Amino acid sequence: MNLQNQHIQDTVNSDIVVRLEKVCKSFGNNQVLRDFSMTLEKGQNIVILGRSGSGKSVLIKCIIGLIKPDSGVIHVLQRNISGIGLHEIDKVRSRIGFLFQSNALYDSMTVRENLEFPLRRHRRQMEEKEVNLLVEKALANVGLPNTADMMPSELSGGMRKRIALARTIILKPEIILYDEPTTGLDPITAREISDLIVELGRKYQTSSIIISHDMNCVKRVAEKIIMLIDGRCYEEGTYEQLRQSGDEAVRKFFEP
Amino acid sequence: MSQNLKGIVTEIGDITRFTLRFFGVSFRKGYEFKEMLRQCFFLGYKSLGLVIITGFIIGLVITIQSRPTLVKFGAEAWLPGMISVSLVREIVPVITALICAGKIGSGIGAELGSMKVTEQIDAMEVSGTNPFKYLVATRVTAVTLMVPLLVVFADAISLYGGYLGVNLRGSISWNLYWAQVLDSLSFGDIIPSIVKTFFFGFAIGIIGCYKGYTTQRGTEGVGWSANAAVVISSLLVFILDLVAVQITDLLQLV
Repeated sequence: MNLQNQHIQDTVNSDIVVRLEKVCKSFGNNQVLRDFSMTLEKGQNIVILGRSGSGKSVLIKCIIGLIKPDSGVIHVLQRNISGIGLHEIDKVRSRIGFLFQSNALYDSMTVRENLEFPLRRHRRQMEEKEVNLLVEKALANVGLPNTADMMPSELSGGMRKRIALARTIILKPEIILYDEPTTGLDPITAREISDLIVELGRKYQTSSIIISHDMNCVKRVAEKIIMLIDGRCYEEGTYEQLRQSGDEAVRKFFEP
Repeated sequence: MSQNLKGIVTEIGDITRFTLRFFGVSFRKGYEFKEMLRQCFFLGYKSLGLVIITGFIIGLVITIQSRPTLVKFGAEAWLPGMISVSLVREIVPVITALICAGKIGSGIGAELGSMKVTEQIDAMEVSGTNPFKYLVATRVTAVTLMVPLLVVFADAISLYGGYLGVNLRGSISWNLYWAQVLDSLSFGDIIPSIVKTFFFGFAIGIIGCYKGYTTQRGTEGVGWSANAAVVISSLLVFILDLVAVQITDLLQLV
């Protein structure tokens, strides 16, 4: 099936929200993605599992258009994002949330300003009252209602993650990309963040791609796991299917 | 050796591309005017105190240092005229620009560098904001506008320092001092010295932003970017000053 036909097929089958077709990306001599293909369906939570440096972060940055793939096609919400202009890509991005590994909260802004930033950029016509209401609601959703006037430097690691999550969901995205959401957190906070991911996914009916090494988090959030090994989709399945895989390279991830 | 030369040429090429990108972005629709005003406050107003103190000290010191030579030649009366020309034409613009390179250039380099390594610039991009327009274009414009303003303040305060310097050993009235200062200064002294400070400001802004925006190697890279921003922009201030003097000379404004 050629790519145009595939696109028409996706438009008809609107359950597919992200489709990657033979994506390749290399940095110098290091080829991190080799003919990587996958699909994400509406409401689905997929975990990408792989070793450090295997190209997982590169993969989701390609999906949101922060990194351009060398070849291959990336369709997000029925748009081929490698072939569209800046204005168009901003429109697609307004429907995607991205939770950065480092949280990426703006140090010079308060929590409220951090949350208002995407609203003011994507919803320019929105009234002040409505913006305030959305900020309060997003903070309440992550369980930190009284932090609006604090600076990011005054927050703990777990609180920063929650605020970053609040900023991610404030535009009510259809897809959320999580880059190692529990890295650097204690086990209790990590579990709370994992539960929050599942809860927010249900509440806003979002589809998610989660990158994680934290097997407790993977177990809690994954409906499907894709093993990224040698830049390819090495194997995919549910947590239990992969845990019982006969392949040594896959099973190693699930050993206690 | 050839490797070093290649590195320098590549860096110059990258800075040129970055500068062209600045002009491309700045003249496009949707300028971040509010952010630019905010940067004018942070970069300009917050540097005013430092610039005023250094301007005052330079005026005072240059006057005290120049006095003995003029006394030796019996030309003590020329002191206000002589120091005003040296301060306004050369010393104050260059020293102020160097202070701005140290304070503003390193600040921008470190701020944008840390934003880069903590993915804040990426976060801005996915929030529907062109980070180059929001962070770079606003800062470069703000520094380009603020450095000349700071130099004008520093000029005034250094001349006041000169007045106190003259009165330490001698005696001159307020009115006579300013009459002599204004007599010896012409538009040919003031205008080129102000015009060149726009270029100093632009160089400080663009180098600070370039170094910060292209930071690599994590937090170690942030320190390196801040440091390189100061070194390169200070060097550029001297090079631009040399070019400005040549142009002024060619136009017979000296």
